[in-house]
Amino acid sequence: MRASFVLSEIGIGLRRNLTMTIAGVVTVAISLAIFGAGLLAQRQVSAMKDFWYDKVEVSMYLCGDGSKGANCNGSAVTDEQRSQLLQEVSANPLVAKVYYESQQQAFENFKKQFKGSPDLVQNVTPDALPESLRVKLKDPTKYEDLASAFRDSPGVEEIQDQKALLDPFFRVLRRLQLVAWVVAAIQILAAVLLIGNTIRVAAFSRRRETGIMRLVGASNLYIQLPFLLEGVLVGIVGAAFAAAGLAALKAVLVDRLLKPMLKFTAFVGWRDVIAIVPWLFIVGVALTGISSFFTLRRHLRV
Amino acid sequence: MIRLEHVSKTYPASARPALDDVTVDIEKGEFVFLVGSSGSGKSTFLRLLLKEETPTAGSVHVAGKDLARLSHWKVPALRRSIGCVFQDFRLLPNKNVFQNVAFALEVIGKPHHQISKVVPEVLDLVGLEGKSQRMPDELSGGEQQRVAVARAFVNRPMILIADEPTGNLDPSTSVGIMKLLDRINRTGTTVVMATHDAAIVDSMRRRVVELSMGKVVRDQTRGVYGYGA
Repeated sequence: MRASFVLSEIGIGLRRNLTMTIAGVVTVAISLAIFGAGLLAQRQVSAMKDFWYDKVEVSMYLCGDGSKGANCNGSAVTDEQRSQLLQEVSANPLVAKVYYESQQQAFENFKKQFKGSPDLVQNVTPDALPESLRVKLKDPTKYEDLASAFRDSPGVEEIQDQKALLDPFFRVLRRLQLVAWVVAAIQILAAVLLIGNTIRVAAFSRRRETGIMRLVGASNLYIQLPFLLEGVLVGIVGAAFAAAGLAALKAVLVDRLLKPMLKFTAFVGWRDVIAIVPWLFIVGVALTGISSFFTLRRHLRV
Repeated sequence: MIRLEHVSKTYPASARPALDDVTVDIEKGEFVFLVGSSGSGKSTFLRLLLKEETPTAGSVHVAGKDLARLSHWKVPALRRSIGCVFQDFRLLPNKNVFQNVAFALEVIGKPHHQISKVVPEVLDLVGLEGKSQRMPDELSGGEQQRVAVARAFVNRPMILIADEPTGNLDPSTSVGIMKLLDRINRTGTTVVMATHDAAIVDSMRRRVVELSMGKVVRDQTRGVYGYGA
């Protein structure tokens, strides 16, 4: 196999139908960029989960004077009930860590959280805030197991999962990701068809050459390889553009726009972008290679 | 060198067979004219030798190989042992004379130094010395056919197939091409030539195989184009 021959054939082929080549590169680039954005969204979700699930706790509010909870009987939790609960909760296999927050501590935290609104703080006394057990779960998704175990324990007024507050947000992200997958799938289909057509046109415009090659006994590999590589080259260039687009997305949308706006959460880093890029190339090469291969089988009989 | 035994070929779209129980034996170094009217099966005959078609019945042997048993990936090797020339030359318009001939060697992976040595030799042989940088559209029909012959012969095939090589040429130019094919035949290459050109067949006095409606109706060792025609 003479590389120079194959390379010059590829060059001739790509130049001959330049418009189709460009169209192919653009479609591949767009479809892979959307595909990559989907992967990035997935990583964004997990980055946020790592960040938030590390911080979320289950709050187990204990009965106070005049609590209306079913387990309270209208009176505050007793010392006995409290130490019993603390012991049972920390013995529970789901639990990573538990600590007790007294009414006074709750008040301090409240003052800290709302120091911007002095009116509100002035109207609240430590008595108005419930004491609680703050529970950190080993697996934050196992909230329901813990809640059902302690919901009916005497002295527990209410159990609240902070994660529940985040779930709608994650749902939105997941939907966005799903939309990205669907759009990417449609785009990839379009790219595959377009590459197939590009190769078909290339094969047709060089039927004279391939006819002579067949006649003088060139092997299938020699005849088909330039076309196949042409398709794959389109895939590689498209993937490179997609990677650049993804890097731009991360640099502009995430770093410049979102990060300064939303300081409370974690975002995908360059490490995530770099992890996705090889997949863009793998998918790009595989798609265009397979598409070219099947087109050649149909349109370049030897 | 070439042996067809009871070969029939029926194309799916037609009822009448293109070849009907044809048996022909061609020895190494022979020069054979294949004559007959259009549709008599000449082209099918030639295509069978290249394994571009497979016979419906019977067996085809070329260069000692049974083509029915030749696997798909060995077909290129078969075609390397057969050179082909056509009525319409089939040159690449964007390559010059040298490049057109070199193309046949490039695509079968021959190294550069060999190509630059062999191509001028074969161009001398066909009488195109000094014209290697010309483009096909700068050449006369006869010269273009010489390029095609050079391309077919550059890899020194055992067999040369010519499908009406003089069909597009005037009589005096045709004589030149025939002299060239004769010279190639004298190097030991088996030549099979399909033609309509009665004058050429009559003047060469070589073996003639006549096909009519897919059947061999005449096989003469030193024949003419047709009885009294």
